Amino acid sequence: MAALTGLEPVTAPAPAPTRPRVWRGVVFLLAAAYFLIPLGASLWYTIYTPTAGVSFAAYGELLTAEGFGSSLLLSMSLAVATIVLVLLLTLPAMLAVRLSAPRLRPVMEVLCTLPLVVPPITFVAGLTTSLRTGTDVLAPTPFWATLIAVQNPAFPLVLVLAYVVLVLPFVYRSLDAGLRTMDVRTLVEAARNLGASWPHVLFRVIIPNLRSALASASFLTLALVLGEFTVARLLGYQPFAVWIVTISGSEGQLSVAVSILSLLLIWLLLLAVSTAFSGRKRK
Amino acid sequence: MTRAKGWLGALPLLVFFALVFGIPAIALVAGAFTANGEPSLANLGQSLQGGYLNAMAGSVKLSAVVALLGAVLGTFVAQAVVTSRFALLREAVLTASGVLANFGGVPLAFFWIATLGNSGVISGLLGLPSGALYTFWGLVIVYLYFSIPLMVLVMAPALDGLRPQWREAAANNGATAWQFWRFVGVPVLTPAMLGGVVLLFGSAFAAFATANAMVGTVVPLVTLKIASALTGDVLIGYENIALALSLDMIVVAGLVMVIYLPLQKRSTRWLR
Repeated sequence: MAALTGLEPVTAPAPAPTRPRVWRGVVFLLAAAYFLIPLGASLWYTIYTPTAGVSFAAYGELLTAEGFGSSLLLSMSLAVATIVLVLLLTLPAMLAVRLSAPRLRPVMEVLCTLPLVVPPITFVAGLTTSLRTGTDVLAPTPFWATLIAVQNPAFPLVLVLAYVVLVLPFVYRSLDAGLRTMDVRTLVEAARNLGASWPHVLFRVIIPNLRSALASASFLTLALVLGEFTVARLLGYQPFAVWIVTISGSEGQLSVAVSILSLLLIWLLLLAVSTAFSGRKRK
Repeated sequence: MTRAKGWLGALPLLVFFALVFGIPAIALVAGAFTANGEPSLANLGQSLQGGYLNAMAGSVKLSAVVALLGAVLGTFVAQAVVTSRFALLREAVLTASGVLANFGGVPLAFFWIATLGNSGVISGLLGLPSGALYTFWGLVIVYLYFSIPLMVLVMAPALDGLRPQWREAAANNGATAWQFWRFVGVPVLTPAMLGGVVLLFGSAFAAFATANAMVGTVVPLVTLKIASALTGDVLIGYENIALALSLDMIVVAGLVMVIYLPLQKRSTRWLR
């Protein structure tokens, strides 16, 4: 197409392509209306009230709203813990599959696809039941204390465990794409032959090569955990997404303002993911 | 020695998965088949009757409508994007699709409540009756907000793969535009479209947060029923109904995969 640009004035455009162009314009217009009107309306909803006129008070109120700080902090720390745990679990497993246990590969594929097929709410249903039964069954044993500690409301580790399962497919895909771009076996063997220790191989050879895949896995996890509602709500905790719903009854404007900010956040996170990947390609 | 190490590296993940995913899965199945402490089919039977069956049908219908509408509309948008001559527009639409496809859950519900809800900005202008958003078709409109972008992301690469040469070859052989699409375009795109439909169905079927924040219990959906049975705002003993409903959901999701996989295989057979 680009090669033709110099010739365009010579061959007058036939009338035939006009029709598709009209068709395309209509599609774009309708799509723009459908996708932009709610965005504009929400923005307007947050800054305009018939009594006070236009004001950005809703965004200022956000910072002082009760529960905003604590719920956001909880979500953030859950996200960090989830990222650390999921990478600690998947990275060694995926390296092992590539280096010395290729027969495990189909198993990993299935395990890392299952959470996509099973709806999260059914997973929570199973989880609450097993927690309840577990507390009854394990009551006489020391494991009981572990089970209670896992459900500590100050930092519900059980949410981290559930989130690791939910993000597993995305992290797996992301790391798999990263590992595909390098010859793991050769790199590891070369480093080992030159006398590098295993930690040295991992931190100085593998991880630097996987930086962009690790970054995109982390950002995807962050986005998912910050927006997660189903599991947290049904297990009875109050991270960020649950908090928005609880305040929405009394503070309508505030909840819509938070929604706009979360759209912005998703955009920033995806931007970070795509720059992580394109930075790699350029290199 | 290396072999032993290999297994060790994968061991933590396998153990973790068995504990955190396996135990709940067993608990789910066991609970679904247990009533009053005895093995029985009563829960499953009850989960397929009356209000519960209604909710399941509502969920399937909603997901099917969203999947089909989303697939058709998303394909049109994708085609418009792919054939567009403005690189900037193309980039912008694809980026926006990436963002919106991930924009679900609670914030999505508030977006639409602010727009078409009872005190929404647009509903005031249109003079919509109260509660118009909190209906089946209201939910369809809201769910399409993430489904169409998802379909665009699925279809754009596939449409990019439709080579202009094929079109020219068809035209040289005297094919009309309709014939080109009927015999070349659509068959080539079928695998991607099927994949997209299944993806949209699955995401609409599993969606809970948006529906919960929007309709409460106005529109019967199976996810809402599971949640209310689990959180115990009904009588004791309904947890096992929630588990039976969950099992039904997994069966439906599994069935969709079972129908999809052979179709996908058939439609990709002659591609490469």
